[in-house]
Amino acid sequence: MGTSTKNRQPVELLTTKAVVRAVTDAFKKLNPRHMAKNPVMFVVEVGSAFTSFLYIHAIITGRADAPPGFILAVSLCLWFTVLFANFAEAVAEGRGRAQTETLRKARKDIIAKRLKSPCPDIKRVAEHYAAYTEIFEKVASSILHAGDRVLVLAGDIIPADGEIEEGVASVDESAITGESAPVIRESGGDRSAVTGGTRVLSDWLLVRIATNPGETFLDRMIAMVEGAKRQKTPNEIALDILLAGLTIVFLLATATVLPYTLYAVASSGHGVPVPLTVLVALLVCLIPTTIGGLLSAIGIAGINRMMQANVLATSGRAVEAAGDVDVLLLDKTGTITLGNRQATAFFPAPGVSEAELADAAQLSSLADETPEGRSIVLLAKSKHDLADRDIQSLGAVFVPFTAQTRMSGVDFEGRCIRKGATDAIAKFVEAKGGTLSLTVRSVVEDIAKKGATPLVVADGARVIGVVQLKDIVKTGIRERFAEMRRIGIRTVMITGENPLTAAAIAAEAGVDDFLAEATPEAKLVMIRDYQQKGHLVAMTGDGTNDAPALAQADVAVAMNTGTQAAKEAANMVDLDSNPTKLLSIVEIGKQMLMTRGALTTFSIANDIAKYFAIIPAAFVVTYPELADLNVMQLHSPTTAVLSAVIFNALIIMALIPLALRGIPYRAAPASALLQHNILVYGLGGLVLPFPCIKLIDLVLTAIGVN
Amino acid sequence: MTANALLQMVAYFVFLVALAVPLGGYMARVYTHEAGVAQRGLGAVERCLYRLCGIRADEEMTWKRYAFSVLLFNAVGILAVYGLQRLQHFLPLNPVGLGAVSPEVSFNTAVSFASNTNWQAYAGETTLSYLTQMIGLTVQNFVSAATGMAVLVALIRGWTRRTTEGLGSFWVDLTRSTLYILLPLSLVLAIALVSQGVVQTLDPQATVSLLDPWATDAGEIITEQTIARGPAASQVAIKQLGTNGGGFYNVNSAHPLENPTPLSNFLQLLSILLIPAALCFTFGTLVKDKRQGWAIFAAMMLIFVPMTVLTVVAEQSGTPLLSSLGLHENMEGKEVRFGIVNSALWATATTAASNGSVNAMHDSFTPLGGMIPMVLMQLGEIVFGGVGSGLYGMLIYAIMAVFIAGLMVGRTPEYLGKKIEAFEMKMASLVILLPASAVLLGTAIACVLPAGTAPLGNPGIHGFSEILYAFSSGANNNGSAFGGLTVNGTFYSIGIGLCMLVGRYWVIIPVLAIAGSLAKKKTIPISVGTLPTHTPLFVLLLVATIILVGALTFIPALALGPVVEHLTLSNR
Repeated sequence: MGTSTKNRQPVELLTTKAVVRAVTDAFKKLNPRHMAKNPVMFVVEVGSAFTSFLYIHAIITGRADAPPGFILAVSLCLWFTVLFANFAEAVAEGRGRAQTETLRKARKDIIAKRLKSPCPDIKRVAEHYAAYTEIFEKVASSILHAGDRVLVLAGDIIPADGEIEEGVASVDESAITGESAPVIRESGGDRSAVTGGTRVLSDWLLVRIATNPGETFLDRMIAMVEGAKRQKTPNEIALDILLAGLTIVFLLATATVLPYTLYAVASSGHGVPVPLTVLVALLVCLIPTTIGGLLSAIGIAGINRMMQANVLATSGRAVEAAGDVDVLLLDKTGTITLGNRQATAFFPAPGVSEAELADAAQLSSLADETPEGRSIVLLAKSKHDLADRDIQSLGAVFVPFTAQTRMSGVDFEGRCIRKGATDAIAKFVEAKGGTLSLTVRSVVEDIAKKGATPLVVADGARVIGVVQLKDIVKTGIRERFAEMRRIGIRTVMITGENPLTAAAIAAEAGVDDFLAEATPEAKLVMIRDYQQKGHLVAMTGDGTNDAPALAQADVAVAMNTGTQAAKEAANMVDLDSNPTKLLSIVEIGKQMLMTRGALTTFSIANDIAKYFAIIPAAFVVTYPELADLNVMQLHSPTTAVLSAVIFNALIIMALIPLALRGIPYRAAPASALLQHNILVYGLGGLVLPFPCIKLIDLVLTAIGVN
Repeated sequence: MTANALLQMVAYFVFLVALAVPLGGYMARVYTHEAGVAQRGLGAVERCLYRLCGIRADEEMTWKRYAFSVLLFNAVGILAVYGLQRLQHFLPLNPVGLGAVSPEVSFNTAVSFASNTNWQAYAGETTLSYLTQMIGLTVQNFVSAATGMAVLVALIRGWTRRTTEGLGSFWVDLTRSTLYILLPLSLVLAIALVSQGVVQTLDPQATVSLLDPWATDAGEIITEQTIARGPAASQVAIKQLGTNGGGFYNVNSAHPLENPTPLSNFLQLLSILLIPAALCFTFGTLVKDKRQGWAIFAAMMLIFVPMTVLTVVAEQSGTPLLSSLGLHENMEGKEVRFGIVNSALWATATTAASNGSVNAMHDSFTPLGGMIPMVLMQLGEIVFGGVGSGLYGMLIYAIMAVFIAGLMVGRTPEYLGKKIEAFEMKMASLVILLPASAVLLGTAIACVLPAGTAPLGNPGIHGFSEILYAFSSGANNNGSAFGGLTVNGTFYSIGIGLCMLVGRYWVIIPVLAIAGSLAKKKTIPISVGTLPTHTPLFVLLLVATIILVGALTFIPALALGPVVEHLTLSNR
């Protein structure tokens, strides 16, 4: 396989320029209309504004229920909480933007040659372009619409995504894939799609533009990363509801404290009601600001990670669904096995030595440039030390493979060496008066049973043996499948081969199931069948005939080399066109959900410590006895409340890298993952704030706050 | 804690499990129409009832229709009980000639019994006629419990069915719950209670001569006592089994004719938790994975047992004030024939289940001993909880726990094969949010209105606890009273009445909505990638979710009530 799986260089986390932009964005995002999308942070913003108002009110009127300096300090902490959350989102967007930037640059300022009217002889026009300029108009790529036809000559950049109508050309797609080797693109078949921003190196193409301005895959990707059009995914919405619910509960729990303390003061005749500033601080500490502030950053980071893996997703929903997938449909060729069969063994006929067979087989393959032929030469060389010989110097004549003869070989020194399918060779030797012995036939059958392909070699009328050609399962793929099984994902191999061959390869690769003699219809039926049973199915595809199955699958990854139809039907495109990528896609999806869950748990678990910090401080003015609950021995009510709100703001900042990177993923059963994550993020979230708040309190005390 | 206490508690739990497991299995068969002997015996009655009421036994209701039927049935029940109270002086079976009950108390009582709360703004024997008690309250005791069970069964069908709108028929579930479960069990318990001396008669009150006449302060010699009687045993049986808790007498199961002996006490205590505990196993059987039922049961026990121990310890330790008087245990407000362990066990059981019957006065518990029952109610009446309602509340918490935990394993959360998505989260949030809001807001309003503070028996911190307890009890449909608070005034009658409505019906509607949404979904096959919900880890997680949500909501209020009261007492 020529395609590489190397990832695009990860964008540096923070450059100075990126930080400046993110900080600016963080302030811009204070716009209440933007904040309202995030109920948790909106409440914090309202709290910030309210405490600011309390401070101004205190300064102007000189009346306040708490010292103005304290009110100001709390207010500032709350503003910073909002800003830190906005900053997290802005940083995530910035990284996404940087990643899309390179892709976007590729498509700027391209002048396309658009056909004014249909042209009957485009070949002639393309070859003598200078003479026909009047039938084209030059337009900017940004205004091309679906259905427009443009001519792209050697050296031109393809202005937009489209389908080749006519022509064959080599195309440099390195701008998109990072792979420098040029690829061939031609009309018809499964290699007819071209991507905007790639460059035609030789020949010419007539391209029918497939998308309208702003609707290309890349445009959708950019829109998804950059705020405005970002839509919440179903799971994000559900989590938002939970967070909003908790926010309302805590709003009530804190708001009702005021009447409770009013009653306490009235009935006991001493003390004062809890200050409003403290109530707002308590509220902000209790509502899940950590996850609320980082939620959108986590989502964007998930899409960014997809991009880093050179996968373009059309929606966050698809990224999320990738985590849920429990059935993977994998094409045999290219995904599970290397693209081609290779010779793996020689089986000589009775009375023939293996070396003799190897020699004949190598001779017949010397001029055979197919991968199978090359592999026979190599096998002979490695097993019997037969050096690669030059067919010309031997004076041999190469007989190429044709569909009629279904064999190939060489004629030299009066010998006619042929290799080919069993029945073809049988016919060949019978014509020369020989026969295919029963022994050889049984060898052939044995090889077929093992799922390999037998290639019979004959020298004139004499059959000298069989070469075994086998699909080579990719190294490491078996382990990947075992990993998938460990996390509860079923792998299904799809192949057009007969059930016997398919079964053998399936067993060797370690997939859970296989679909042999697969047709596009059979694939579609299989996907529907799995979905009916409640499974979520992911698949890859590249051909137009894959489109219905891709459209039906829950996660559908189209290869970038595939047809436009396949890309349209899919919800992700793999720029590397590496079908094995599906496994990474699943991992990225899972990692995003896990990060969300872990930070939610962490956020809620944090509340206990904050209660212990604020409750005694808040109520001590009403009931001095509650000072006993000050288990952390915080210096004073002022430092206690400030420590809690400062911690609450800083923890968002501290977790930004985790939110962007995602929590470490490992392939393990759900129960093991749960145990690990609860221990780290649940228990950790419960314990960590205690020392942190205490530390902040010590610092505040040291700098003279009391 | 003493060895005696330990022994009594262990005996209680052993009997509870031994009875609940088989009962749970039987109830599952009732709902799958495989109830064997009972069905052969009572099947004719069931069919006859359906024919009389024009019910189609095989009807499949959508969740909306199911909810509408529940609400309609309960509305009719509320109107009937209201009418009976307002008109009781015109109606028969009123041998003492009790007058009409006031409109606000009638409203409160009607809502209270229909919602399975059984908050008593009235004093049983001196306010309500036999007819009102029998065809008003006792009937509601049965059908309000059966309503809870029906809603639970509908919710469970959300998991057991796939890609369908139908949740079964409310009328059938209601009838079968009453006919095959509540009636037979009540009959057995009532007879057992009568054997212990609980009264069961339609005769009017008895007048007896005192063996030892005594003089009042005014010098009047008292020689006779009037003893209230009535059909108590039959009502007490369903009051306990149906987690109703509304006593025949005003002092409930502390009354010697309602709960005369240690054995009657033990039987009543068992029957408080029996059906709520057994329903866990019904759930496990119905979803065809008994481990799921055990997991839920374990989660309930994991909260219940420590809470009980805490209460017993708090009461056995007494307070510094009692110690200064030479008393080491807090026996104030407790019956000497029951003692501390049985009083504390009852207090936790009755508030863990949304029963609310009492055999001791919770108001007289130590601050921490009184806080535990309050906390158990504030958790949402899900630790056993009401018949049916406790488990459906618990399952909503399981959905919450699964949602958070499920994300941590990298999949869209699912519980028992059904995906938990935005709609379920919305409804689950409502279930948790609304009763909690009713408690917090109700208490807040009572704190600032003179009508709320005037009826307080004890001003100050304890008064606050009394208000908080009253609203916690009402909004979570428990019905037990802290006491010390006069609740038959307009403010509390109406206020708590409204809280009871919110706590019952604004939970039932979202629960049925979840049931409808789940039933429509496909069932996701289980694999190693599925979050297991029967493991000890999940049980711990579920408990942590419940405690955390409950604690975070009520810590400020509790800090200003029982906690500060405790600190004040111990600092003295």
